[in-house]
Amino acid sequence: MSLECANDLGPAIRQRLAGFVRTLRDNGFKVGLAESSDALRVLSASGIDRATKARPALKALLCGRRSDWEGFDLLFDAYWSGRNVKLRIPISGNAALASQRTIKTLSEQTIQGGETALASDVERRAVDGEREAAPAGKREGASSFETLARTDLRRIADPDAIAAAHDLAERLSRRMRTHLTRRERIARRGRGIDLRRTIHASLGTGGTPLRLILKKPRHKPLRLVILLDASGSMSLYTGVFVRFVHGVLDHFREAEAFLFHTRLVHVSDALREKDTARALDRLGLMAEGVGGGTRVGEAMATFNRWHAARVVHSRTCVMILSDGYDTSPPELLKAEMAHLKRRCRRIVWLNPLIGWEGYEPSARGMAVALPYIDLFAPAHNLESLAALEPYLARL
Amino acid sequence: MDQKQDIADRLAAIGYIADGELATALVLMDMLKRPLLVEGPAGVGKTEIAKALAALHGTELIRLQCYEGLDRSDALYEWNYQRQLLAITAREGQDAAATEAHVFSEDYLMERPLLAAIRRPIAPVLLIDEIDRADEEFEAFLLEVLSDFQVSIPELGTIKAVTIPRVVLTSNDTRELSDALRRRCLYHALDFPDVDREARILLTRLPGIDTTLALQIARLMEQLRRQELSKVPGIAETLDWAAAMVGLKVSRLEEDRTAVYETLSCVLKTREDRARISREVADRLIGKVA
Repeated sequence: MSLECANDLGPAIRQRLAGFVRTLRDNGFKVGLAESSDALRVLSASGIDRATKARPALKALLCGRRSDWEGFDLLFDAYWSGRNVKLRIPISGNAALASQRTIKTLSEQTIQGGETALASDVERRAVDGEREAAPAGKREGASSFETLARTDLRRIADPDAIAAAHDLAERLSRRMRTHLTRRERIARRGRGIDLRRTIHASLGTGGTPLRLILKKPRHKPLRLVILLDASGSMSLYTGVFVRFVHGVLDHFREAEAFLFHTRLVHVSDALREKDTARALDRLGLMAEGVGGGTRVGEAMATFNRWHAARVVHSRTCVMILSDGYDTSPPELLKAEMAHLKRRCRRIVWLNPLIGWEGYEPSARGMAVALPYIDLFAPAHNLESLAALEPYLARL
Repeated sequence: MDQKQDIADRLAAIGYIADGELATALVLMDMLKRPLLVEGPAGVGKTEIAKALAALHGTELIRLQCYEGLDRSDALYEWNYQRQLLAITAREGQDAAATEAHVFSEDYLMERPLLAAIRRPIAPVLLIDEIDRADEEFEAFLLEVLSDFQVSIPELGTIKAVTIPRVVLTSNDTRELSDALRRRCLYHALDFPDVDREARILLTRLPGIDTTLALQIARLMEQLRRQELSKVPGIAETLDWAAAMVGLKVSRLEEDRTAVYETLSCVLKTREDRARISREVADRLIGKVA
């Protein structure tokens, strides 16, 4: 189809365009066949000799959402002007700090790239039966981190424990879901009569309203939005949490997940993959730069500015999984927490550090965020996650 | 693309200042016959695009305002039940089949925006405003209408489009729209205008305004939008405020700071925002742009 409507274009440009569309798809653009063929039409109809001149047209055609809109120019430049050059593309935020990825290797490269300290790392170490548990990420904050953290890791790195971890996460979210479904069914009873429809239906019975049509109140199920800190200081726990988030997305009717370190990435789509390994692969692509520093405040600001309006409503519980070590100014985090608090129903902050003896929320970020948090609980292992169930079910 | 420049010029002539990307999107709308989805914060002129487009082509603007619970009968068509009931009563005793055929004829059909839009002899502009407020089911239904441009009414049969309307959808991003809808549409993310564009808008819309004042106001608005306000002022607010300045015969912002401060209520619409921009802050901002 695309070939017929663009006869006057050389095969070279057609191929290049197909490649461009593929690159866009790899980067999460939803572009179908109809769009590709329209893109060819645009190129041939406007008599453009060089694709670079068609940028605004292709942008309007191929973008579907704001994140596409913002990333398009970078991808376009990389593809059309820097062929086979190893181009570095800062995806968003501060270019110097944001993690960078190489366009050419986007489709091939997976989580193997050594510095990603995601779950698979934990897993790999586990399989090797290794003890050299020093995490790849850098450590910020408390000095007792290493010894205590190792205890945590050993428990999780055991392959059986990993399986158990996934099971528990799944079971937990399933139990949460049954609570939710029950709540919804109770609410689904007609309260009032829909007069217009009743009269309409009465036409068939000669104007006598034999069948009453009832109105049901509209109900929004509880939505869980998870913001997962994947910075270096959290790298020990990221694996557990990613599995937990995967389970939640799998089983909740409405759930969204974001991952942040120095910037914020929307990872729901990647994690909705049924197969955990593939989900982690996709996540690895999106979350390069995992294991770097943390900018909780800025990540929250991005969330509030670009995502909150869409994913947060009055029946949303926002769950933040982070240790609260933050390199952005505490005032920013404070302001953003206040902003978020006004939007959602509950804020749950799960901090792996609470699991330690004698922990005080003294990290600057943690201290300013505390007043806005409804539940501040430990989550250094799966038992502590399971202990949250009654609270979540009550929301 | 000279078409693009041409459309931008014609839009400017009727009072809408479009940037290059938007003009391109409008050209593509006609070329590819796809709807245009415009996203952006409130008050950046999303709805105005449709109005300007209608004025540009000299056609009618048909508007469908979406809200939660919007359904087919509000968007597409409805039978006029009262008249049908009357007709049935009036024809009591006559042939039942004839009566039925009569009450389900065009005379008793009430067009709603979607049906109206495809039955006009001259293609109108159909504005589907705030699509994110409608439910997902309605979105799916809309998708069907927008791809086939035909509507089937069980009692009457299928109604095919006489003309294909130009469709503009707007969204405030309060709900995630389906990928299918996004894919069907051309996309434009509209943001607050930069200083130049805002000044041009002021000059176009308020012919009496002084060029320097327009530029000052545009710069001040840019500064204001950077202050963390809970309701960020849109273009309509800028226009109101500029009109107030012109009405009060202020020719330079720094000359009459009191008037500027007192009229800030044109742009700051909540008590919090008003408190945030205190006299000192306002003075500082004016100092910056003057």
